Amino acid sequence: MRLETKLIQAGVGKDEKTGAVSFPVYYATAYRHPALGQSTGFDYTRTANPTRSVLEETIAEAEGGDAGFACASGMAAVHTVMGLFSQGDHLIVSLDLYGGTYRLFEQVLSRYGLAFTYVDLRDLEAVKKALRAETKAIFVETPTNPLMQITNIREITSLAKQHGLLTIVDNTFMTPYCQRPLELGADVILHSATKYLGGHNDVLAGLIVTKGEELSEKIRFLHNSIGAVLGPQDSWLLVRGMKTLALRMDRHQSNALAVAKKLKEHPAVAEVFYPGLEEHPGHEIQASQASGYSGMVSFRVRSQEQVGLFLQNLRVVSFAESLGGVESLCTYPATQTHADIPEEVRAYVGVCDRLLRLSVGIEHPDDLIADLFQALDASLVVGGAVR
Amino acid sequence: MNFATKVLHGSTGIDPFTGASSVPIYQASTFHQFDIDQPGTYDYARSGNPTRHALEEAIAALEGGARGFAFSSGMAAISSVFMLFSAGDHIVVAEDVYGGTFRFLTRVLSRMGISVTFVDATQTEAVRAAITPATRGVYLETPSNPTLKVTDIAAVSAIAKEHDLLVIVDNTFLTPYYQRPLELGADIVIHSATKFIGGHSDVVAGLAVTRDEALGEQLYLIQNGMGAVLGVQDCWLVMRGLKTLKARLDVSTKSAGVLAEWLSCHPEVSRVYYTGLAEHPGHLVQQKQASGHGAVLSFDVGSRERAKALFDRVKLPIVAVSLGAVETILSYPVMMSHAAMPAEERQARGITDGLIRLSAGLEDADDLLADLKQALEALPPLPSAIPSKKEAYSRV
Repeated sequence: MRLETKLIQAGVGKDEKTGAVSFPVYYATAYRHPALGQSTGFDYTRTANPTRSVLEETIAEAEGGDAGFACASGMAAVHTVMGLFSQGDHLIVSLDLYGGTYRLFEQVLSRYGLAFTYVDLRDLEAVKKALRAETKAIFVETPTNPLMQITNIREITSLAKQHGLLTIVDNTFMTPYCQRPLELGADVILHSATKYLGGHNDVLAGLIVTKGEELSEKIRFLHNSIGAVLGPQDSWLLVRGMKTLALRMDRHQSNALAVAKKLKEHPAVAEVFYPGLEEHPGHEIQASQASGYSGMVSFRVRSQEQVGLFLQNLRVVSFAESLGGVESLCTYPATQTHADIPEEVRAYVGVCDRLLRLSVGIEHPDDLIADLFQALDASLVVGGAVR
Repeated sequence: MNFATKVLHGSTGIDPFTGASSVPIYQASTFHQFDIDQPGTYDYARSGNPTRHALEEAIAALEGGARGFAFSSGMAAISSVFMLFSAGDHIVVAEDVYGGTFRFLTRVLSRMGISVTFVDATQTEAVRAAITPATRGVYLETPSNPTLKVTDIAAVSAIAKEHDLLVIVDNTFLTPYYQRPLELGADIVIHSATKFIGGHSDVVAGLAVTRDEALGEQLYLIQNGMGAVLGVQDCWLVMRGLKTLKARLDVSTKSAGVLAEWLSCHPEVSRVYYTGLAEHPGHLVQQKQASGHGAVLSFDVGSRERAKALFDRVKLPIVAVSLGAVETILSYPVMMSHAAMPAEERQARGITDGLIRLSAGLEDADDLLADLKQALEALPPLPSAIPSKKEAYSRV
């Protein structure tokens, strides 16, 4: 069965009592035990909830994994997975990384004796150099956020296997519709499901998918013990969102390609980063390991002064943090998503003050391009004159 | 303002835009920014959401603290609060904490270089004796779960202050209606709001309140950083539950008192744990620091077989994990809340094979009593004699 079909069938036929096509939202926290020592499979909602289970089974199947776990947010998913590691352990992490993940690693987990080395994962030699005796895992974001750099997942997972390391992939930008890292050798998949999987900018959620029984059991233990689980209403909303994932992703991608191509033509734009463009340095690797390019486009304007004017003049596109929703959003990483990364690190990585990130929605592409162009035009006007 | 009023009008309960009597559910993950130079109050729902904010303000007001935080479960609140500590730190923890807390401390946090000493916190001097130069905090649960031991919060807080330690109190069993640990010197209060605060067995949630802003900022960084936040629909349900907290607890606590008195005279019951009973060793401390005894009691029927027989016979209570609901819930700590604790640890804490925990709901007390009566009358006899009441209490 193809993924589109699997997703549409999420939860269908699971409510045997009524046959409800949309699986019900189970608000119950506690479940009556038939007798002492017997269980219906559900005891306490933190441990397992029927609505959440439908979501967890759906994402596990979509990613080709053995178990799925739904968390309160994408960061809660990252944090739960980090519970696999102990004091003294070391991880190699994508240099270009979501600011929230960087903050969790550097401001919280470093206090617990976990060490992180940030490496450009496109450079395999640099990854090898960063290996230590205490290295336990490689944490991959691909495409990276916000620079859309492409990591060769097969190369990283094979290196990781040689050294007995786990490979953890944040698959938020691609979703299993476009990319399934477990099939490329990864062990753990993370999602901020707030983004494409939910898809409507209306639910905060995180997902974990694991491969292998032992790893799945470890995460099951952490998920229950730490307790950063997703509520049933949010689980239901997420399943609802995932049913249209394929439709939305097709439209996000075709819109993104149209926008990226057009942005290159505008005089206010210095650079465009979209892996779907043939000249993108990661285009071929992306084509070899994923079936699509998703809807995230970053670009640099020519000067920092343009940023405020551009954002102020957007009409259709919202200036807001987050991505992956049906509505187009524009983010300024320097002050929003990546504000917790020190300025010198940001500058080194390339997340400069001229960089803007666009989550291209599913509006009509002509309206998006017209809105971006009029705002870019306005960004060039200073004191009534074109810059 | 009295608690009954405060629980309804204590904080921003009314939507400022429309005057709606119930805070709307902002099912938004992100918020449009109108001006790049003047960020709005809300930007991303993990960092802040108006619905969650309303709940956080409500619990802060009720506990008398500076900042409130809503988490995706009681354990998410507990694990997030423990992230205030760092590798090398040592924490003194009350020995009969909830099994899930015990599991988190001994199997997750221990790997992060944080050490824990479990002490009988009812013996205030035992807390002092466990303090080392590396100690940074004291974690209490009072009354404890499931044997309802009472810790003197003010006395332990005073010792903690001498050593500059954070005092964290799990206030789940009593709620701010009966006990406000911050007023007794604690720094952080934690709730499994799944229990009495939510009150309807329909939402899993955790809450934390800090005494001051500075500590609140630290916990905010962790809440936002780790992201174990409560979803908006669940926030709204917790607020809805909170409105009837006092009304529910008045009824449940009264029933718990009646059942505890009755059970303590019943020949098939070897022991009853309820702080409202005058012979309970923590009775006086409880009366000093709390305005009520709550709706949870435990009782011992002597053996696993007899416990099983009782569970099979009762008709009204739900046999389930959890507590603090409108429905009366019976649970079996050995296999449920404290299953995560090794058998020898359980035995040492008095969590025996015959121990049953009862969380009184809102059913008629006479109906509950009649149901328990018929179930107890049908229990198989104990192989050996049941210890007398006097012996039982001398072992507490």
